[in-house]
Amino acid sequence: MKLVTAVIKPHKWEDVREALEGFGVTGMTVSEVSGYGRQKGHTEVYRGAEYDIALVPKIRIEIVVDDEDADDIVGLIVKTAQTGRIGDGKVWVSGIETVVRVRTGDRDAAAI
Amino acid sequence: MEDALDPGLTAWMLTSASLVLLMTPGLAFFYGGMVRAKSVLNMMMMCFSALGLVTVIYVLWGWSMSYADSGVLGLFGNPFEQFGLQGTMYDDAGEFALDGGLPVIVDVGFQATFAIITVALIAGAIADRVRFSTWLVFSALWVTLSFFPLAYMVWGGGILGDGESGIAAWLFGAEDGEALVAPIDFAGGTVVHINAGVAALVLAVLIGVRKGFGREPMRPHNLPFVMLGAGLLWFGWFGFNAGSAYGANGEAGLAWVNTLTATAAAILGWLIVEKIRDGEPTSLGAASGIVAGLVAVTPAAGDLSPVGAIVLGLIAGSVCAMAVGLKYRFNYDDSLDVVGVHLVGGLIGTVALGFLATSGGLFYGDGIKLLVVQIAIAAFAMAWSAVATLVIAVPLKATMGWRIAEEDEVAGIDLSEHGESAYDFVAVAGSRRSHFTGTTLTEGEGA
Repeated sequence: MKLVTAVIKPHKWEDVREALEGFGVTGMTVSEVSGYGRQKGHTEVYRGAEYDIALVPKIRIEIVVDDEDADDIVGLIVKTAQTGRIGDGKVWVSGIETVVRVRTGDRDAAAI
Repeated sequence: MEDALDPGLTAWMLTSASLVLLMTPGLAFFYGGMVRAKSVLNMMMMCFSALGLVTVIYVLWGWSMSYADSGVLGLFGNPFEQFGLQGTMYDDAGEFALDGGLPVIVDVGFQATFAIITVALIAGAIADRVRFSTWLVFSALWVTLSFFPLAYMVWGGGILGDGESGIAAWLFGAEDGEALVAPIDFAGGTVVHINAGVAALVLAVLIGVRKGFGREPMRPHNLPFVMLGAGLLWFGWFGFNAGSAYGANGEAGLAWVNTLTATAAAILGWLIVEKIRDGEPTSLGAASGIVAGLVAVTPAAGDLSPVGAIVLGLIAGSVCAMAVGLKYRFNYDDSLDVVGVHLVGGLIGTVALGFLATSGGLFYGDGIKLLVVQIAIAAFAMAWSAVATLVIAVPLKATMGWRIAEEDEVAGIDLSEHGESAYDFVAVAGSRRSHFTGTTLTEGEGA
């Protein structure tokens, strides 16, 4: 099993969710996060004082998937979330040892 | 004092007093929204504490120091003459004493609200970093040594008024006990705004900058609060200015309309500067423009034409929008721009009367004398406030101390000075204790 984590632009979240649902992904964990990469932040002005605001709002999606689906899902997220402009985000995949469904106690593939 | 009760006037003055009282909670929101989330309660408490402390002091010796019949050198009224309002409320026949048809006790209420907001105004200069107990002691001493004396000097028959022993009479002569060129401070440009603005500057310099000032972003945490506060201030200010006409009449109407028009023009003035200088007109700029316009029109509300008020508002809005940048150049942390808005705006209003007053102004062909008088009273008010503030604040620095610990400032003053957090966005916080700090509830006990 793999954990796919994607950090994307907030306005792309709805498109990505629909695409993943179409692929057959049945659940995910989503958080509102902030951070920065090459995009850096933006400037805000209060009573003439300019502030560099380093952190930009992003959406983080976490999905646990079967090994064979991981590449397809990464490809789908990249295709859907891409605008081609700086700040589109990142997707990464990491290995998972065990998954348990709390309600039933099912483990691993049965728990996804 | 022989005149009959004027019910219309009395009703309007009671209403005005209530309106002015609302300005201080309004100011708490205006200021509170501008600080960071970790110190909003302290900022609002510095305003609300004035509601508690200054009111009590006003009844005890504030009214007497501001309006006693016997004064000291034209500088302040005798605090003991009407201490605790003894001899203030009733006439010899035991009826409520009247002055110009208004019960004096109504005027006590109206004037108390001015003292409250003036103290609260200062708080904006020293946000996030000051011991609450030191602030309370300062408030009590400052209202006594700076506000009451200036109220007496300007309105109570002292040397900044139109009496024959005042500065104006000394400059250009007097006739029948009144200065030929009477100074104008309709509702408190000197007493309230220049006074608070100078105190703010002195304290900001003396107390020092916040940790990270000029380096870290210190963004307003809630701009809707700022706009709500500005709206409440504007609403209350109609009592402040139109109430200062001491009449339910046309002069009050003129002051009301000028309070509307100057403020409206100041919004535009501030936003124009922002559009040109920064690229975007901001909500904080609109709210700030409101206050700048209100401050500038305060001394002038009854003595301008509504078109003159528009000119004044445009000047106040645009000049204050530029003046708020001075603190970065000179490195004093006037956190919420009490100097840039209240001192600068108060000076603009007080001095602009020399040009724009429909009776006495230079632009109305009445020469330069009023301008000289206005500059003189503004300068005297500044000097008095600066000295009074220093005399109080320097010893406090050496004894109680002004600053909270640096780690408390970084963590947020709300927690260290008040033991509270303004916003609870997390469901998981900890466990509840009993009513008495330190005693943990046993199971089954509690609410």
